[in-house]
Amino acid sequence: MKKQTEAIISVALIAALLAVLFILERTIPSTSMLFTVLKKGAIYALVAVSMNLLNGFTGLFSLGQAGFMLVGAYTYGVLTIPVDQRPNVYMYYDGGMIQFALHPIAAIIIAGIIAGIFAYLIGLPVLRLKSDYLAIATLGFAEIIRAVFQWDKLGPLTNGSNLLRNYPSYKSVLFYFIAAGVCIALIVMLINSTYGRAFKAIRDDEVAAEAMGINLAHHKRIAFVVSSFFAGISGALLAMYQTSIQASMFKSAMTYEILLIVVIGGIGSITGSCISSFLFIILSEWLLRFLDSELVIGGFKVPLLRSGFRKVVFSIIIMIIVLFFRQGIMGTKEFSVRRIFNRITGRSRKSSEGRNGR
Amino acid sequence: MSENVLKVEHVTMQFGGVVAVDNLNLEVNKGEIVSLIGPNGAGKTTAFNVITGVYPPTNGAVYFQGRKIVENHPQGKMRRQYLGENEGKYDHVIAPTPDRITKLGIARTFQNIRLFKSQTVFENILIAEHMRRTSNLFTATLHLNGTEERNMREEADRLLHILELDDVRNEMATSLPYGKQRRLEIARALATKPSLLLLDEPAAGMNPQETDELTAFIGRIRDDFHLTIFMIEHHMDLVMEISDRIYVLDFGKLISQGTPDVVQSDPRVISAYLGVQEDE
Ligand SMILES: Nc1ncnc2c1ncn2[C@@H]1O[C@H](COP(=O)(O)OP(=O)(O)O)[C@@H](O)[C@H]1O
Ligand SMILES: [Mg+2]
Repeated sequence: MKKQTEAIISVALIAALLAVLFILERTIPSTSMLFTVLKKGAIYALVAVSMNLLNGFTGLFSLGQAGFMLVGAYTYGVLTIPVDQRPNVYMYYDGGMIQFALHPIAAIIIAGIIAGIFAYLIGLPVLRLKSDYLAIATLGFAEIIRAVFQWDKLGPLTNGSNLLRNYPSYKSVLFYFIAAGVCIALIVMLINSTYGRAFKAIRDDEVAAEAMGINLAHHKRIAFVVSSFFAGISGALLAMYQTSIQASMFKSAMTYEILLIVVIGGIGSITGSCISSFLFIILSEWLLRFLDSELVIGGFKVPLLRSGFRKVVFSIIIMIIVLFFRQGIMGTKEFSVRRIFNRITGRSRKSSEGRNGR
Repeated sequence: MSENVLKVEHVTMQFGGVVAVDNLNLEVNKGEIVSLIGPNGAGKTTAFNVITGVYPPTNGAVYFQGRKIVENHPQGKMRRQYLGENEGKYDHVIAPTPDRITKLGIARTFQNIRLFKSQTVFENILIAEHMRRTSNLFTATLHLNGTEERNMREEADRLLHILELDDVRNEMATSLPYGKQRRLEIARALATKPSLLLLDEPAAGMNPQETDELTAFIGRIRDDFHLTIFMIEHHMDLVMEISDRIYVLDFGKLISQGTPDVVQSDPRVISAYLGVQEDE
């Protein structure tokens, strides 16, 4: 199949998807669970892909994603609350210190930039650490950020431990799909560029990558900052979707959820992360909801079903995956028009299959 | 200025109590193939690691094409021990990371092959082009560097062709037979366009036929790529046939040096290789 044909088919598929969403929005009531799943799925797909850029493509085991999402969400909220709403929101802080409001799109981009700046500063000391220590340090950072944002002294900026709310948000599912889609496309383009090749070299073998003239510190920092930039954007989208936010939402459990999505999808597969993020949201928001509520059938109270049980089931799923399905859904493969085409026509991807083994 | 491409001066490398390299001095001249031999654990790989910036030496300096590229001296008590009355003279530290050394024109291979496992032969070679990029993060991500990208790929293909690896271009690097993996690692080093090539046991694990082919290959790339080669090797046939000069290391110390004939008949070398302790 020609590259051009492939591109045309891909574009057509995307257009079809958006058209379907457009029609759904006009036929199904907007309160439907379907839209919750679609919006949240798109947001989680973006943050999962951003985490995959680090963990799957650069080999940096970082657990700071929730922290950068928090930074993005707060940046968005703080910058977009309309001026006349500020006295309401910042009740305890005399209307807060910021007395302007930006356009949502501008605020989303700035949310990414601020998260990126945080990442740059944190990355300077932290990125020298090796795998496990890096994970611990980034996790610690996320916890610190969460505490700092609730700090009373920062109240005029962050509203302390109170909700940020009344900021504008787009309601259409199309917006979330397009925003997340554009961001994911950018990450894919980065991975397919010469920088992406450098990341993968670092992932495969740091020592060899360095011997090939790749500046480790520089490239790890780029991956970390870019990943955090997009985590910040997904945080802004999450803020928008939830219509109110609070620092205490962004617990480490959130990072684990994202990690779970990445692992299920396949570490090193972008399409895997996207697919598994929707699966995850469908499961957690829809199918497994009943696990958390008590259920009484004919006077008999079904055991175990109570608030928090869903988490137990999830933990078991994680263990099963880690023990038996380490490759995830996709491994490191990607889902593409070309692949499907080749599968259907039975053509092999490799032109030469001849291998001389030893 | 002398013709030497590489000069190692008073290099000592200590890991805790282990002195892996002990006051090593050596020179490699332009166009030469020089071998570094010695029993296992003699400190040969450590010497390579110091030259390529993997770690700064405890003491000493390395020169490349007449320019000092690595230098370090100990602080505190050990300083006097190493530098004596020259203590005050040396306070310069040059500790470049390995990627900087590569950019200067020194490439290396590893004792345990270190290919990029998840990538094809072509991609393994292509990585080397990254350090010569003129695009930045934005132009590369937005794929605005089409010409550069095309040139990178052409360059990688050109090298694959010269080194007769184009038939395995799209194979995964780790699916190649062992001998070819070694050759690919050398090809990858060549892709950085070095003037000095360091080979760490290139014939390790090869059968006699593969070793013969490798011998020819090393001679050929020296000429074709105008290289200077400094090589660690155990296969004596290969070493004796190809080397202009040989250095022999034992317990971190240089115990012999010279042409293959000289080294071969040196009793210290013979006893070091037979494991006989010298009674000094
Ligand atoms: N990074 C390191 N940390 C501690 N000891 C090391 C390190 N690298 C090498 N050594 C020690 O230095 C000595 C020389 O090792 P090496 O240079 O690998 O020997 P060779 O390559 O000649 O076989 C050995 O005793 C080894 O254990
Ligand atoms: Mg060695």
